[in-house]
Amino acid sequence: MKILIMGCGRVGARLASLLDEDGHEVTILDNDTYSFRRLPPSFGGTALFGNGTDEEALKKAGIEDADIFVAVTQGDNRNVMSCQVAKHIFKVPRVVCRIYDPLREEMYNALGLETISPTKIFAQLLREKIEG
Amino acid sequence: MYIIVIGGGRLGYYLLKALLKEGHEVLVLEKDARVCKTITDELGSVCFRGDGCEAATLAEVGTGRADMFVAVTGDDEDNLVACQIAKHKHNVPRTISRIRNPGNAVLFKKLGVDVTVSSTDLIIESIEREVPTHPVTQLLTLDEKGLVIVDVKIPPESSTVGKAVKDLDLPRDSKLALIIPTEGSAHVPAAHTVLHAGDQVIAITPPESKEALRAALSGK
Repeated sequence: MKILIMGCGRVGARLASLLDEDGHEVTILDNDTYSFRRLPPSFGGTALFGNGTDEEALKKAGIEDADIFVAVTQGDNRNVMSCQVAKHIFKVPRVVCRIYDPLREEMYNALGLETISPTKIFAQLLREKIEG
Repeated sequence: MYIIVIGGGRLGYYLLKALLKEGHEVLVLEKDARVCKTITDELGSVCFRGDGCEAATLAEVGTGRADMFVAVTGDDEDNLVACQIAKHKHNVPRTISRIRNPGNAVLFKKLGVDVTVSSTDLIIESIEREVPTHPVTQLLTLDEKGLVIVDVKIPPESSTVGKAVKDLDLPRDSKLALIIPTEGSAHVPAAHTVLHAGDQVIAITPPESKEALRAALSGK
């Protein structure tokens, strides 16, 4: 599958290398080339400099024939915007959006985005650990 | 009217002042405590410290009864999210967003923002207007009608000088509104009106016909 990841932070870089190992065609986009240091030397996908909220940059990254788009930058709003561009402008079949803020996550989920709130998941995980 | 403004930067500040002067109930939401304090010190309790992209903050400032919601931060994505929350969570009837990337206008409309204002486009248009050789200047965008008002200068060497309006090959959807000659007063063009070198023609056209209109008026 062709997978486009926006944001080469810890999560983005790790996800990219895992999917690359699984044999997918991975492109990772970041607006700071220094972030690409997080990718392992074995990474066989494409690392591209560009702003994921910009339609031109997304086109260059091959969004038009991507099967999946994942947004994992630090900014909730940036993720939300680029995912909506991917879904509504480029009609990417599957779009996954990280949103830290649980309230925002619920709203965009209701609006039809596939969302994940690490805040909610991690708090729940910790609670289970603590309460045993 | 109750108007909520997101972002207390320069644009937000002057917008706040202008709206207050018109007698509206206005509240600015600003993340930065210092900026918020400066506004409060000068204009009273019209600035609330908080994130305009958080549904809880928007609930706290009574977004549900707002008549208008204007997002003017420097980040397009923040403006988009703030407007979407206002629209979908709080049913604000009119949301307005500033955009810096002119390419975002279509996306924002598609995602439910009622009006977008591109500060970049406005500044470019104003500067282009000052360039003497610029062939077509956009004067105004009538967004809802899908039309723009433009100013086309007739260069002295153009083949249309001396021609009558009825003999021009104008795009069908473009209309000439006014001719301003280099000397004398402006007049409304009729079919027999003849173009002169240096005339300024004010016309209304869909943006996609702008180039065809320019070519028809300047003869190339």
